[in-house]
Amino acid sequence: MEASKVIHAIYNDDDVLMAAVKKVKAAKHHIDEIYTPFPVHGLDKAMGLEPTRIAIAAFMYGCVGLCVAVLMMNFIMIEDWPQDIGGKPSFSYLENMPAFVPIMFELTVFFAAHLMVITFYLRSRMWPFKKAENPDPRTTDDHFLMEISVHGNEEDLQNLLQGTGAVEINLVDKAH
Amino acid sequence: MYTFSNRLKMLSFVLIILGAIAVGVGFMQSHKTFSEVETLLAHEASGHGSGHGEETKAHDTHPAKAHGTEKAHAGDHAADGRGQHDAHKEHVEHVQHQIANRPWSAIYVAAFFFFMIALGVLAFYAVQFAAQAGWSPVLFRVMEGITSYVLPGGLIVLLIAFFADKHLFIWLDPEVIAHDELIQAKQGWLNKIGFFIRGIIFLGGWSLYRHFSRKFSLAQDEANDDKNFKKSFRISAAFLVFYIYTESMMSWDWIMSVDPHWFSTLFGWYVFASMFVSGITTIALITIYLKSKGLLPKVNDSHIHDLAKFMFGISIFWTYLWFSQFMLIWYSNIPEEVTYFVTRIEDYKLPFFGMLAMNFLFPLLLLMNSDYKRIPWFVVMAGLVILGGHYIDIFNMIMPATVGDRWFIGLPEIGAILLFAGLFIFVVFSSLSKHPLLAKRNPFIKESEHFHY
Repeated sequence: MEASKVIHAIYNDDDVLMAAVKKVKAAKHHIDEIYTPFPVHGLDKAMGLEPTRIAIAAFMYGCVGLCVAVLMMNFIMIEDWPQDIGGKPSFSYLENMPAFVPIMFELTVFFAAHLMVITFYLRSRMWPFKKAENPDPRTTDDHFLMEISVHGNEEDLQNLLQGTGAVEINLVDKAH
Repeated sequence: MYTFSNRLKMLSFVLIILGAIAVGVGFMQSHKTFSEVETLLAHEASGHGSGHGEETKAHDTHPAKAHGTEKAHAGDHAADGRGQHDAHKEHVEHVQHQIANRPWSAIYVAAFFFFMIALGVLAFYAVQFAAQAGWSPVLFRVMEGITSYVLPGGLIVLLIAFFADKHLFIWLDPEVIAHDELIQAKQGWLNKIGFFIRGIIFLGGWSLYRHFSRKFSLAQDEANDDKNFKKSFRISAAFLVFYIYTESMMSWDWIMSVDPHWFSTLFGWYVFASMFVSGITTIALITIYLKSKGLLPKVNDSHIHDLAKFMFGISIFWTYLWFSQFMLIWYSNIPEEVTYFVTRIEDYKLPFFGMLAMNFLFPLLLLMNSDYKRIPWFVVMAGLVILGGHYIDIFNMIMPATVGDRWFIGLPEIGAILLFAGLFIFVVFSSLSKHPLLAKRNPFIKESEHFHY
């Protein structure tokens, strides 16, 4: 396995980090990853990440939930075991439909919410017993870490990062 | 500073005049003599043979419908065993009344609709102050412009109610009361003097809040401290408490009482949702109009986005309340409650279900995508559909009780919409032109100017 070098610039304030990200981007360097103890508003845009598509996924999951509810209630209440509830033994899905609307709503929300969370975890490559990726445990407390890969421009980067208010700059060998 | 352009002023006058003419014609056409109605009914009977059979059947199966007079009458025949002739006479007279009620109902629906927009905006405005919202101060002058219609609009609704009398409110008809124990028992609340005393208290309270909040807002422009803002904050919180009680009672009086036998405990909330979403939509429409003229330079995409989010969210809230009301009544199927929806589904199928599509499905699908909420023409199109849908919502609240199956969206209805739309535009834009469109010294104005999502 080939080992490549990365620079870890550590900051202790999110505003300083944001300013640093803008400077690094302006100098046309690629930021591999940023580890933060909490979500920093606007960081994704500053890093130039693509917008999330999770809303589209959520819409589709909601549609699946709605379909499941419709089919499930049709099977349970109309086909499999029709019951006379409240004097409405019509055996017709359409005529009993208003009673199923709360179930449709709940399953739509249930599917959208749960599948969205699961999608988010998988997309972020997080699953049970996974070893943590963050290189420095302080990023779970009060420090922010910016990781930039080095392609023979170590000096440049060091100088640039020094001027952005980083509290610590480390050159690290990263095994791939 | 906005000046009320001559073209827009002209448009409002043209709308008022056209509308007034159409309403006038509607009133003239509504006076039918007994024999005219008789021929009309005979013509309908021969005209669509089997169709009429269904119509009369629908008529006879809902005794409580359309003023509940038929119920009393039906009871009468059974007791006295009166002949076919009397039944015929009663039916013709009944239809004659429904035809006479139509223009009254048409102007009442339109007058209430435009009044409700202004009142919804007033509540939204008070919420902004009470919540000390930071995003909205750049829109305050637009909202204040719209709320200038609360007082004239409310007075018009009360005036129409006063003159329409038993054309709208069957509980004002002494003949009906005499045969109706339910209405007799409700006389303590449902009487003309009480109706107008309450109406004046409601309208007085709302107008007082409107007057003082506008005054403090204007005074704040020139102030050196936040004293006026704090006063506005206090009266807004107090107003919201007053409003939520009075709005609910107003909806019983002004709307629910047209069906005096029927009641729903969440009716006030339901009407509130309607007025809130219509009001927010109107804020969005007028904001987009003024911005397109370059008069609101501080309003950015994010403000439009937020208004559209509210349009989307409150549309769903409206649906939630509409469905909560509908499903419980449909499920329990109690005769005196369920007639309300039976009438609407049998005689008002298109407006009843059409309104659901316009008020729920349209905003749901159109405004779900985040990016679409920032496109002005998209918000305008969705807004027009929402406003149309909520007009029909009010139409469905009033018409089945007053005109029964004799409804149509024709000359008096469209005329009344034009008339009050013209008046609304005139009042609102006159008020907008009186003061600068930016509340420049509001303590949150900087936050609002830099608002971004």
